[in-house]
Amino acid sequence: MDLSSINWLLLIAALMVGATPILLAAIGELVVERSGVLNLGVEGMMITGAICGFAVAVKTGSPALGFLGGALGGAVLSLVFGLLTQVFLSNQVATGLALTLFGLGLSALMGQSYVGIRPPATPKLDLGPLSDIPVLGPILFRHDPMIYISILIVALVWAVLFRTRAGLILRATGESAEAAHALGYRVIRIRLLAIACGGALAGLGGAYLSLVRVPQWTEGMTAGAGWIALALVVFASWRPWRVLIGAYLFGGLTVLQLNLQAAGMKMPVEYLSMSPYIITILVLVLISSGRGRISTSAPAALGRTFHAST
Amino acid sequence: MTTLFTADGLTKAYPGVVANDDVSFSVGPGEIHALLGENGAGKSTLVKTIFGLVKPDRGAMTLHGAPFAPADPSAARRAGVAMVFQHFSLFDALSVAENVGLGMENPPPLGRLARRITEVSREYGLPLDPSRRVGDLSAGERQRVEIVRCLLQDPKLLIMDEPTSVLTPQEVEILFRTLNQLSDEGTAILYISHKLDEIRTLCERATILRRGAVVATCRPSEASSAELAELMVGSALSRPERPAETPGGTILEVTGLTLPPASAFGTRLQDVSFTVGAGEILGIGGVAGNGQDELLAALSGEMPSAEGAIRLEGADIGRTGPRERRALGLLTGPEERLGHAAAPDMSLTENATLTGWQREELTRNGLIRWGRARDFAERIIAEFDVRTPGPDAAARALSGGNLQKFVIGREILQRPRVLVVNQPTWGVDAAAAAAIRQALLDLAREGSAVVVVSQDLDEILEVAGRFAALNGGRLSEPVPADGLTMERIGLMLGGAHDMEAAHAGAPHA
Amino acid sequence: MITLEKRPSPSRAWAWATPVLAVLLTMIAGGLMFALLGKDPVDAIRTIFWAPLFDPQFASYSRPQLLVKAGPLILIAVGLAMGFRAGIWNIGAEGQYIIGALFGAGVALAAYPSGSPLIFPTMIVAGALGGFLWAMIPALLRVFFNTNEILVSLLLVYVAEQFLAAMALGPMKNPEGGGFPGSRNLQQYDAASNLELLQGTGLHWGVVAAIVAVIFGHVMLTRHLMGFHIRLAGQAPRAARFGGVNPGRLVIFCLGLSGALAGLAGMFEVSGPAGQVSIDFNSGYGFTAIIVAFLGRLHPVGILLAGLLMALTYIGGELAQFMLGIPAAAIQAFQGMLLFFLLGVDVLTNFRIRIGARGTA
Repeated sequence: MDLSSINWLLLIAALMVGATPILLAAIGELVVERSGVLNLGVEGMMITGAICGFAVAVKTGSPALGFLGGALGGAVLSLVFGLLTQVFLSNQVATGLALTLFGLGLSALMGQSYVGIRPPATPKLDLGPLSDIPVLGPILFRHDPMIYISILIVALVWAVLFRTRAGLILRATGESAEAAHALGYRVIRIRLLAIACGGALAGLGGAYLSLVRVPQWTEGMTAGAGWIALALVVFASWRPWRVLIGAYLFGGLTVLQLNLQAAGMKMPVEYLSMSPYIITILVLVLISSGRGRISTSAPAALGRTFHAST
Repeated sequence: MTTLFTADGLTKAYPGVVANDDVSFSVGPGEIHALLGENGAGKSTLVKTIFGLVKPDRGAMTLHGAPFAPADPSAARRAGVAMVFQHFSLFDALSVAENVGLGMENPPPLGRLARRITEVSREYGLPLDPSRRVGDLSAGERQRVEIVRCLLQDPKLLIMDEPTSVLTPQEVEILFRTLNQLSDEGTAILYISHKLDEIRTLCERATILRRGAVVATCRPSEASSAELAELMVGSALSRPERPAETPGGTILEVTGLTLPPASAFGTRLQDVSFTVGAGEILGIGGVAGNGQDELLAALSGEMPSAEGAIRLEGADIGRTGPRERRALGLLTGPEERLGHAAAPDMSLTENATLTGWQREELTRNGLIRWGRARDFAERIIAEFDVRTPGPDAAARALSGGNLQKFVIGREILQRPRVLVVNQPTWGVDAAAAAAIRQALLDLAREGSAVVVVSQDLDEILEVAGRFAALNGGRLSEPVPADGLTMERIGLMLGGAHDMEAAHAGAPHA
Repeated sequence: MITLEKRPSPSRAWAWATPVLAVLLTMIAGGLMFALLGKDPVDAIRTIFWAPLFDPQFASYSRPQLLVKAGPLILIAVGLAMGFRAGIWNIGAEGQYIIGALFGAGVALAAYPSGSPLIFPTMIVAGALGGFLWAMIPALLRVFFNTNEILVSLLLVYVAEQFLAAMALGPMKNPEGGGFPGSRNLQQYDAASNLELLQGTGLHWGVVAAIVAVIFGHVMLTRHLMGFHIRLAGQAPRAARFGGVNPGRLVIFCLGLSGALAGLAGMFEVSGPAGQVSIDFNSGYGFTAIIVAFLGRLHPVGILLAGLLMALTYIGGELAQFMLGIPAAAIQAFQGMLLFFLLGVDVLTNFRIRIGARGTA
């Protein structure tokens, strides 16, 4: 194996690209879970966003419209989940799984005629002299706008959740739907909004995958990214900035693993390819074994069905 | 006398039950008005209607002489109606200030709100630290959060739903002073309770509800407790007689029991020791959240404790689980009926099997003998007068009183050596409560040891031979119940924490 | 204004009617989807649900396929249903299926070319053991570290898939396969092959195992204390603890059972219908079985029917692909839709729907 063949600067730059899809999906799921809803359909919403974004971008030739399309696709699909769990009071775990199974099928169906096409390129943001700074330039300032937007979204989610009344109400709903209802808040409406927001962000993450990261459309291309995003929310103990850290750490590992494959490490490719999943599992174990930590930082009403009896 | 609020012909029906039937009454400004009734008499539905959580099928309300029909709690708050809930509308993981802000229409920024909370809570003798997490507060302190939240909005009508059930006698006194102070300032208070003595000391007028309808309006200070009780229940109730106990040898012995909290906001049990003898009832009193859940879990075996901490007739059962303890004859009845003592969606037959399969021999080679289980359920229903269509009914279809009779009866029929019950009559109508207390007394008379954990001090004094107080996870030395005064019990329960001093310095006190 | 009102007891009639209603709604919505794809919806639905069984041209081939496809679905779903009822979510059956197949095939490939009659029984044990062990990873992590079993079991599917690829390309590759990926064909190795037991029916040992699992599952759930405790733990976890159910033991039992059954399904598949370990040996049975479990209302007998129905959509879907050019993905979306409708109409079992001008909060 030849480690010197790895360009570490490019690797760190690629880390941000690799992390962005799961970062977007995870920050969206964080909003949903903070409202007390567990949506396990992230994978399904991501892949739907991936094909919606891809299709719109190819049809219109505009990556920006593509990203919007991806977000819209994810949001629409998430509202199916919202309708079922909030109005028809179905089990959130089962419905989330259904969303993933359906999303995988639907996206494959929609993507039939898009296999093997290249999407319009997403231009890099021109940051002028900043991108010429040695070392920092290529790492930080030669990216497409979505990378910066995704970081802004994290900041925005943090600010809304912890610095505004709307965020306080959202968190309160996630702590106790009954108490929020008793105070006169519209629990179902709040949760539907959170679910749609989570769906849009998952869709955006999916669109980033098909428009920038890969960039092309293949069936099942999310390959578990949605599940890793779910794990990331747990890893971050439901805190926005920790999601960012987690996503970048994870993105780094994935990119490193790909580089090791390319550098010809003497190990079957398959074992390297399973490493991201194994590492995610190990991190989950480490996080959850800290006695009581998860139970105190998780929203108290997470996953519980709410029906106002009065 | 001018009127502030009137209700006229309020009617609300749910499937199978008319919760409010043509209810009319009025409240004057500054009046403390009692709404008196048994559990299930329709008090909660009525106040939820006033607070905009329930829409009446028929009837109308006025406030300040104008029609009043709040679409939601927010509209009610804007009109000057505030409510302190029985089941707290608080969020454990959020701070006091955040909780208060969530219950206000237009809260000031958090910093200013925190200062207002400190001010108002001092003024009314209810000190509160706005930055503390609500989950870490005691039940009394949590209630202060609710009250302060209401006071900050300058309510004209303050609704208080069973506010004293979580307070020590001393804390009750302080609360009454606060309420009188508010009344003097012109705030009307609608005070909901089923405790007659409280209402006689506090309230000017009382509206009495029975099965959803108003049966009387009276001046409680001019009526005796017995008269009020008869109006409320519809018939005179006889108190169960407590026979003189002649305790036999020790059956249950708890020594130095220490346990971590059961949940994130639970209480640590510290060095709890007591013994109960055959034929004896030990009453353990205390305000909720002082370690009752932990004590019950430790005794039932849901939480294992240290070796030697719990002995049943000399045998060490500290590390055993619920099954082993049940086999040896230690049976328990937790506080929460639905979801803990019984599975809500399962039939009564299945719920009888839940704890009865060992001692009633309801299984053979691991297979459940459903016929026998059904017989057992029918026996409980018959012997404890459980009103239900039959053993196939789901547990959640039963009223609170009937389900409680079922789960207590289920344990008693298994002939326990020791029975431990937590809040055996909480939220139960008076007739069922009397039946349950009688059953506990009968069980002791037949030679079982009984431990009754309860917040209702009257109940403990009615059944228990000895009394111990659980406060902050520590248990006091048990003392004979005869001759105990409420004041002495209050002090054993930790008095009024830090409230008294604050009130003494308050301007209106 | 439409409002939901909780029933005092769950409706028995609706418990049976909701799966049927869900299937009908899916047919309508699926028909719409096919119409959008430019296909004749009636023709498409008929091709999926009718033609495999009764069309003279295809039935002779399709009918045996019904048992071949339904066998693994039922076997896996019965195990999953036990866990789902207890609130233990094993969604990694696909991975346990793969590992079971690898264990079973491993025994066969190691014994090749011995003709001992013990080989097939050993493979059965090995297949169940493989699935069991793979499921023990999330189970033990859950019990000892309180790690979420949903995420772990699912993530392990991706690990198992990579492991399968590594095996098919590496240690298990057929030395006489001319460099093509994939193992020896077990169908051509008599001592290790899972043969059709009755010619022309599709009945193989895996189907027998599925039927046995349905019977055992039914008895356990309705009569045995373990089944009672499983239901109890799912409906009221605190009541279960109070009744003396050890949650850790239940996690191990439910994950272990569903893992073993999924492993068995994988082993019967690799030694029978599939024949060999190949990169894409797994075909999503582990995920479809989740739909089967719910469609069967988490009840073994219901699962038997649901498994047959779902097998029909697979076969009919292939037929529709071949006859009408309906893409395979449409069938996948169709199956997902079925689960949606089922979860949606399930509300009727526990709630009454009121339509009227009655005010509500």
